[in-house]
Amino acid sequence: MQGYSGWKVFKEGLRRQMGWRQAWRDPVPQESYDVVIVGGGGHGLATAYYLAKNYGIRNVAVLEKGWIGGGNTGRNTTVVRSNYYYPASAALYDHSVKLYEGLATELNYNVMFSQRGMITLAHSRHDLEAATRWVGAMQLNGVDSEMISREEIARRVPALDMSPAARYPVWGGFMQKRAGTARHDAVAWGYARAADSLGVDIIQNCEVTGMVRDASGQVVAVDTSRGRIRAGKVAMTVAGHSTVLADMAGFRLPITSYALQAFVSEPLKPVIDTVILSLATGVYISQSDKGGLVVGGSLDLYPSYAQRGNLPTMRNVLGAVAEQYPSLGRVRFLRQWAGIVDICPDSSPIIGQSPVPGLYLNCGWGTGGFKAIPVGGTLLAHHLATDEPHELARSFSLERFTTGALIDEAAASGIAH
Amino acid sequence: MLLIHCPWCGPRDEIEFQCGGQSHITRPGPPEEVSDERWAQYLFERINPRGLHRERWLHAYGCRRWFNVARDTATHAILEIYPMNHASAQAVEQEGQG
Repeated sequence: MQGYSGWKVFKEGLRRQMGWRQAWRDPVPQESYDVVIVGGGGHGLATAYYLAKNYGIRNVAVLEKGWIGGGNTGRNTTVVRSNYYYPASAALYDHSVKLYEGLATELNYNVMFSQRGMITLAHSRHDLEAATRWVGAMQLNGVDSEMISREEIARRVPALDMSPAARYPVWGGFMQKRAGTARHDAVAWGYARAADSLGVDIIQNCEVTGMVRDASGQVVAVDTSRGRIRAGKVAMTVAGHSTVLADMAGFRLPITSYALQAFVSEPLKPVIDTVILSLATGVYISQSDKGGLVVGGSLDLYPSYAQRGNLPTMRNVLGAVAEQYPSLGRVRFLRQWAGIVDICPDSSPIIGQSPVPGLYLNCGWGTGGFKAIPVGGTLLAHHLATDEPHELARSFSLERFTTGALIDEAAASGIAH
Repeated sequence: MLLIHCPWCGPRDEIEFQCGGQSHITRPGPPEEVSDERWAQYLFERINPRGLHRERWLHAYGCRRWFNVARDTATHAILEIYPMNHASAQAVEQEGQG
């Protein structure tokens, strides 16, 4: 792998940029792999990377029907945080934040992880009481989270309407200072480049069209638009399309797919230097390094695979921005997009063995998959390599829906669904 | 934006409605004879198809009545609207799978 560094950028500047090489190969699929990972988003690429790096399993293919990072990895608002309520979730997401903190060095790729903090706004006494309870739980779980006063919020976010007549009065809030944003493409590309250098085949434009099972029911191959590929094990990391693959393998999931929209504005001078979530509206906003305001909010609340959002949700989300940040009321938005997210009844992910032998799951991250890319890859790689759940994944098996041990994080997901 | 033809109120904007999810799910019973696996299927497993989906909708800001919609989840095209107690041939087939 060609190393990247400041010195390298300087040297290439002197050499008219002629020395850069392709960051990953474009291989022809082999007939057979030890592990085939379906889905070349962040979770799939991270799984391949950790399989190769942590467990030495390098005969691995990542199959992507479009281009890598072109699904939800390229359709989110890039927020990374771990302010979750239950101990199992806090441990899971905090491990992910820790991995993000070292990711640029680990991958030799600048993922632009910026720990600019995240403020959650409480708009009533009841919001404030709930927030106090959450912060207590988070601190017991070892996640950095603290209550902040109304005055502190006014100081940190001058654009916020704090006047007595505000449509959404601010009573206070809480903050996770280690939260922040990362560059979504860089996360996908960094994992892809690092996995490729360890021998993983990343195969784009290769859509899985069927699962091949032997007489014992074990999945032994996948049919793809580029022919049949045999596999020792198959893993699926396809987010909102998990049900489509599960149908091919012949089992059901407790998942419903919805469109989640996001928006980006024209570039502005720096106006918001943190991430802000409003408990009243479920709308969150941050400003990218290019200056665009990145805004997200509620799901479109009916099942969808359309990868585009509808106007009513857009109006609610952007209306809330205009109410809460009056000075942004006339800002123009440049782009709007939607990703298809996989919502579980308890808003927590499913990681581990599927009901079909030889097929492994990483799904159900719903509205919060981007922040979990490093931990999702770590946990699925562990399960694929050892056939045992990772310590952090034990609570997140598919069996929890039968045993009733749900981990209801609907509140921590922050948005309406 | 969906234009939904409420069977009682006529065509209205989607903002007046709420989607109640997959339709034609039958509650298993009697409860003491239902296994944990079957109960989990009933509560949580959904067909979640890419394509035709039969689902319940409520005219929440109108007549407040429920009805069934057959909708394509990939194109959002509404293919059929029919009453709650109605089960078309395809709907019965879907129930059998559920």
